[in-house]
Amino acid sequence: MSCDCGNNLKISDSDIDVSLLEPTLVKYADVSGSLITILQKAQDLYGYLPADLLMYISRRIGVKPAKVMGVVSFYTQFRTKPAGKNLILLCQGTACHVNGSADIEDAIRECLKIEEGEISDDGLFTYNNVACLGCCSLAPAMMIGDKTYGNLTKKSTVEVLESIAKEES
Amino acid sequence: MKISVGRGSCGNAAGAGEIFELLENGVAALGVDCPVSVVGCIGACYLEPIVNVLSRNGETRTFVKVTPDAVAGILQYVASSQQSAAAAFEISPKDLENIETQQRIALRNCGIIDPENIDDYVAREGYAAIEKCVKTMTPEQVIEEMKLSGLGGRGGAGFPTWFKWNAARQAEPAPFPRSDSCEQTSARHDGSHKALNKKYIICNADEGDPGAFMDRAVIEGDPHAMIEGMLIAAYAIGSDEGIVYVRAEYPLAIVRLEKALEQARTMGFLGNNLFGSDFSFDIRIKAGAGAFVCGEETALIASLEGERGMPRLKPPFPAQKGYWQKPSNINNVETFANVPWIIRNGGEAFAAIGTENSKGTKVFALTGKIANGGLVEVPMGQTIRDVVYGVGGGIKDGKNFKAVQLGGPSGGCIPAELIDTVIDYKALAETGAIMGSGGMVVMDESTCMVDMARFFLDFTCKESCGKCTHCRIGTRRMLEILERICGGDGREGDIELLSDLAEQIKEGSLCALGQTAPNPVLTTLRYFRNEYEDHILRKKCTARQCKPLLTYTIIPEKCVGCTLCVRACAFGAISGEVRKPHMIEQEKCTKCGACVAACKFDAIEVV
Repeated sequence: MSCDCGNNLKISDSDIDVSLLEPTLVKYADVSGSLITILQKAQDLYGYLPADLLMYISRRIGVKPAKVMGVVSFYTQFRTKPAGKNLILLCQGTACHVNGSADIEDAIRECLKIEEGEISDDGLFTYNNVACLGCCSLAPAMMIGDKTYGNLTKKSTVEVLESIAKEES
Repeated sequence: MKISVGRGSCGNAAGAGEIFELLENGVAALGVDCPVSVVGCIGACYLEPIVNVLSRNGETRTFVKVTPDAVAGILQYVASSQQSAAAAFEISPKDLENIETQQRIALRNCGIIDPENIDDYVAREGYAAIEKCVKTMTPEQVIEEMKLSGLGGRGGAGFPTWFKWNAARQAEPAPFPRSDSCEQTSARHDGSHKALNKKYIICNADEGDPGAFMDRAVIEGDPHAMIEGMLIAAYAIGSDEGIVYVRAEYPLAIVRLEKALEQARTMGFLGNNLFGSDFSFDIRIKAGAGAFVCGEETALIASLEGERGMPRLKPPFPAQKGYWQKPSNINNVETFANVPWIIRNGGEAFAAIGTENSKGTKVFALTGKIANGGLVEVPMGQTIRDVVYGVGGGIKDGKNFKAVQLGGPSGGCIPAELIDTVIDYKALAETGAIMGSGGMVVMDESTCMVDMARFFLDFTCKESCGKCTHCRIGTRRMLEILERICGGDGREGDIELLSDLAEQIKEGSLCALGQTAPNPVLTTLRYFRNEYEDHILRKKCTARQCKPLLTYTIIPEKCVGCTLCVRACAFGAISGEVRKPHMIEQEKCTKCGACVAACKFDAIEVV
């Protein structure tokens, strides 16, 4: 027996353009075990995973909404809230902790006036603490986009953020 | 002539990208025939960016901590082969010795070959091992060679690799799951795993241990070593499909691996009927989504199947029932990277290195308060002292060695008095720590051991999958106790409560994450009990890390009244007249430490 809740949900009620996800769904909808891959692609496309989109995915691939949400909430990579344009992943691994990552977090909080997971007023930044970026020899380190910044100090952290903000403006 | 630039994640973060471009443009402007290529991480991350110049007479010069300003000097050397302005950037003999004296098996090509060019790998006997297997050995002989080598799983437990391979080889073909089983309602199968004799090779590249990055370095620096290792395993167990489960936090590794797989297919090392035999094998990549527990085999398989990564009871072991209920063999990246070397040089050569019960070499990620941070590969049987004070170059800033944390959240702290402990699975386990995946975080006198225990419990508490009550709630309770101890509210009896909880979590958890979660607390309690007592009874943190336990006072003799601290204090807690000693009002002080950072006269005492 399959669950049919969500079948009546019309995605057109919200302003999500689901057609972006269509190629992914065509490719993976019938491949078992692809839920995580689909969610990763969806997050790449939309920046986060809004509830309506999750319901839509659930309906399209025939996996119950509760199970989709279960997977989304299990993995740290998935976000159900929007993020700023630049996502800062601040490493809180052992080496970074020993080398003062708490101070770097303070610097980010003070500079951007946000707490973890929030979006800065200019919409440019969100920061998340992550377990380990695997750049331990550069501790403390953070990653913005695909770029890693290492050997951070409070000062250099602020400089990085300011230079990105400047490029964006 | 040839130039290579170290462009692992560590090199890139240190600015190797810019250096690479400058060198490329510079060489083009000079008009000399000198290709500039990319190599992975040689392991000496503290020296990045690193540039190697191979001159016409076969001599290699290594330039370290290269700045954009140094590029002109290197180019001058390239143009004239004369001693140049870049001489100041040449690697010191000591650093060179540190690199050259290591015994490299898993990292044999890292930092030497271009990971994006398969020819480089082939030139160093790449894919010769799998060819040897397919053409001259039976799968049983391959497994026998692995047994001779004594290679143990490098992901942490050190379980004999040959044993897992053998179990997967001999596993009975699993019947297709009954169609009325509950999983069937949601999982629809595309048919590829319906084949009766299907078996899988899975590479665990979900390097979740905070403080370890050898797997990233191998994939970024020598991806074909891992691919070849998987091929050999596939041949041994009779598998035609491999999956690499790699962390999404390693974007560069994923890109390089994709390129490597593509090149291996083009060259005919992956695909159907390899080396003219009936052996076929291909590999696909699956990006993880961030869960430490997915390092556990059964959790990893659940994650591959698109589920929450929650471990299940073993047996059945993955070798019997793994991915889609089919026999599956899971090894980690470093383990696979060792395999081609073993096949080429023979199991006995590998077993000749190391100790009686730990064979071969082990890669360690040396981090924390260490002078020469990076990756080192040393033979088993060396001591921790050899690593920390030999290759590691001792403690940063001339401070005193206090402890080394081995094995990450599942491991423990080994104190200074045990620094001569031999690196060997058994000897390390006796200290209460574990070999783990090889994260070695060095700590000096400014590291608070109670805070370290709190840090790891915070980690395991967040990463607990929630299946077992003792792990889910027990780690939370332990964390709360540690937080109150670090916060100055520790109570008498807390140490006993922690020990009791620790034992219960060990007993009551299904997988290794829960069973080992209390280890950081147990080892610090064993070796640094006095620090716990200082926190609880005397309300003092001798390492001066737990801020609520600190008192900030101004030493009148040292204070010149410059007012810098007054301006730095956001809470108006400091007062005093200009050019006269100042005072800190303890009621207003939030112990943020801003005044200490601002003071140029060392006039603020923290006790």
